[in-house]
Amino acid sequence: MYRYDQFDATFVRERTEQFRGQVARRLAGELTEEEFRPLRLKNGLYLQLHAYMLRVAIPYGELSSTQMRKLAFIARRYDKGYGHFTTRQNIQYNWPRLDDVPDLLAHLAEVEMHAIQTSGNCIRNVTADHLAGVTPDEVDDPRVWGEIIRQWSTLHPEFSYLPRKFKIVVIGTETDRAAMRTHDIGLKIVRNDAGEMGFAFYTGGGQGRTPIIGPLVKAFVAKEDLLSYLDATLRVYNMHGRRDNIYKARIKILVQSLGAEEFGRQVEEEWLRIKDTVLKLPEAEVARIRSYFAPPTYENLPAYIPEFEAKKSADPDFGRWVRANTDVHKVDGYIAVSISLKPVGAAPGDMTADQMDVMADLSDAYSFGEIRVTHRQNLVLPNVRKQDLFDLWTRLKAVSLDEPNIGFVSDIIACPGLDYCNLANARSIPVAQRLSRRFSDAKRLSDIGELRLNISGCINACGHHHVGHIGILGVDKKGEEFYQVTLGGSSAEDISIGKILGPAFSYDQITDAIETVIDTYLDQRTGPSERFIDTYRRIGIEPFKEKVYGGSKERRPAAE
Amino acid sequence: MVVLKNGVPQPNEWVRLADDATPPDGAKVIVTFERWQAERESLRQRNSAIGVSLKSDQSPLLLADDLDRVSLVALEFPKFTDGRSFSYARVLRDRLGYRGEIRAVGQVLRDQYLFMLRVGIDTIEPPAEKRVEGYAEALTEFSVFYQPTNDHRETALRLRHGLNKSTASAAA
Repeated sequence: MYRYDQFDATFVRERTEQFRGQVARRLAGELTEEEFRPLRLKNGLYLQLHAYMLRVAIPYGELSSTQMRKLAFIARRYDKGYGHFTTRQNIQYNWPRLDDVPDLLAHLAEVEMHAIQTSGNCIRNVTADHLAGVTPDEVDDPRVWGEIIRQWSTLHPEFSYLPRKFKIVVIGTETDRAAMRTHDIGLKIVRNDAGEMGFAFYTGGGQGRTPIIGPLVKAFVAKEDLLSYLDATLRVYNMHGRRDNIYKARIKILVQSLGAEEFGRQVEEEWLRIKDTVLKLPEAEVARIRSYFAPPTYENLPAYIPEFEAKKSADPDFGRWVRANTDVHKVDGYIAVSISLKPVGAAPGDMTADQMDVMADLSDAYSFGEIRVTHRQNLVLPNVRKQDLFDLWTRLKAVSLDEPNIGFVSDIIACPGLDYCNLANARSIPVAQRLSRRFSDAKRLSDIGELRLNISGCINACGHHHVGHIGILGVDKKGEEFYQVTLGGSSAEDISIGKILGPAFSYDQITDAIETVIDTYLDQRTGPSERFIDTYRRIGIEPFKEKVYGGSKERRPAAE
Repeated sequence: MVVLKNGVPQPNEWVRLADDATPPDGAKVIVTFERWQAERESLRQRNSAIGVSLKSDQSPLLLADDLDRVSLVALEFPKFTDGRSFSYARVLRDRLGYRGEIRAVGQVLRDQYLFMLRVGIDTIEPPAEKRVEGYAEALTEFSVFYQPTNDHRETALRLRHGLNKSTASAAA
């Protein structure tokens, strides 16, 4: 893991003190709320429906056990004993008091954490594949580049007042676990024909009210040119992105209006001017940062561990959990373990302080003290010996962190919705909870198989509904909560935007409607190996429509 | 109106001229880009320095051919959230090689001041109701910088690898 050197440590301390001063000036009335707003947002502090909310950065989703313990401490001291993991691999705390926030940040700084740029119209905290460094077939480790981007983007003097927020993600494999093309810049680490490592730039993707799959703007940027090409892209956006309408201010609108080719030409023109300047990345700095991500000292283990295989068949619950919640590791005898934060009836992504402490202990005992956060709001222990898996599972069970539902229909992404957020039209969490109770049977879940269900409480799409195999969008109809369903979205390497099924459903109808959609899939699939998304792509939306709406307009369940 | 340079208040030597006002004799005046375009020749006849102000939707590339005759470019921040002029300052310095004074005017806040200096802005006109001492304080808040921007501040990266100018010259 990256560790701060004297420069990073000094910087974060200075930023914390700067924020302390900003809060003091706000409390003294020297700053208006209008002036304070962007300052607090750039430090992750929102004013929500009931109170402040602080979003803490977890750069590229990586946490140490020490950091996790500190997050637990903060949950107890400043929240009500909870933290909420988000789709951008961050953690949110509700209920902090404004005058407590500077001290809270000082606690974070002690463990090399901060809340810098987790909000506001600036370059947001960079995200990455949650299996970075442990997944096979990786061209390079995205965390190395995530850290380089974190430093370059932190308090960037030129790009701190952009037209709108700006999200960057890095992945190192063809398989996309991080919704790469839904970002303002999606970076895929690739090799060119000469075998050199570099980056493919997918620029101008996004969700929100205008979902756009990021087009490939440049197929190969050499690694030493990463920062200059980012700089050129951001400069074109900062000067030409729209500022007259916040719904048209994201870079995706600029890229669409110019066309990806013309946008790329403008970036190229700027880039050629600056590529051989101070922005060129020295190999020594890449090597310095890379050294922090050196693999832990793995033991020499066989790929096949007889006692592990035996346990899987002896204990079907364990076997089911292993099948659902683990991923292949690049080192024989090891496995990457996902910990579901979606137990039956829970708010997706929520974790108690006690659970956080247990996770910290388990990561020390079984995974070299390292934890990852996924964009699907789950956690990962990336480096577990197969022979330890049964013990780990037993200990997870004791704190209800053993839900065997990763990738299944109850592994729901949901935004905070109307329960917390002042932008939302409808509640998300109770819908997720009802669905998770409806689909609580582990056998039924694994029979349905891979199914990504995402819920957003409003068109801003924080719950990624456009790219869920099934998406649910909360809408407001004359003061009543309704839910629109989309089918056929995907955020993976086969990315697609979901299509609207038909008229929206009421809060009381939505669970049944989703169950009908899933039953239709089970009737229509060619066999258990055909995933929901594959069936949908084969048969289209009509069969689902017929089942859900009864094929007759008169029987449409919803108003309008 | 007071002007800040490196956080220190200075007398303002420049007069910002309304489009219908006659330039006072001998005064250094800042005119709008529109007026500069319309009266470029007569303005150049005057024996005093000329500055041109650009609105946030006017790129400095509009002035590319005139910069050697312009002693000051004023970049407007109509709202502090409109950050285009941060890039315009870099375009002026790095792309157009402008060496004259760059001044930020409009809603220029203390918490943006350090960023402004870093992108090549020399002077600012802080809004009248703001406490000017705060701007000087803002320049002391950070000692570590991550981005190279062609200002004199060394980046963490260069210091880490001993590439900073003082080390390099000491070694030589």
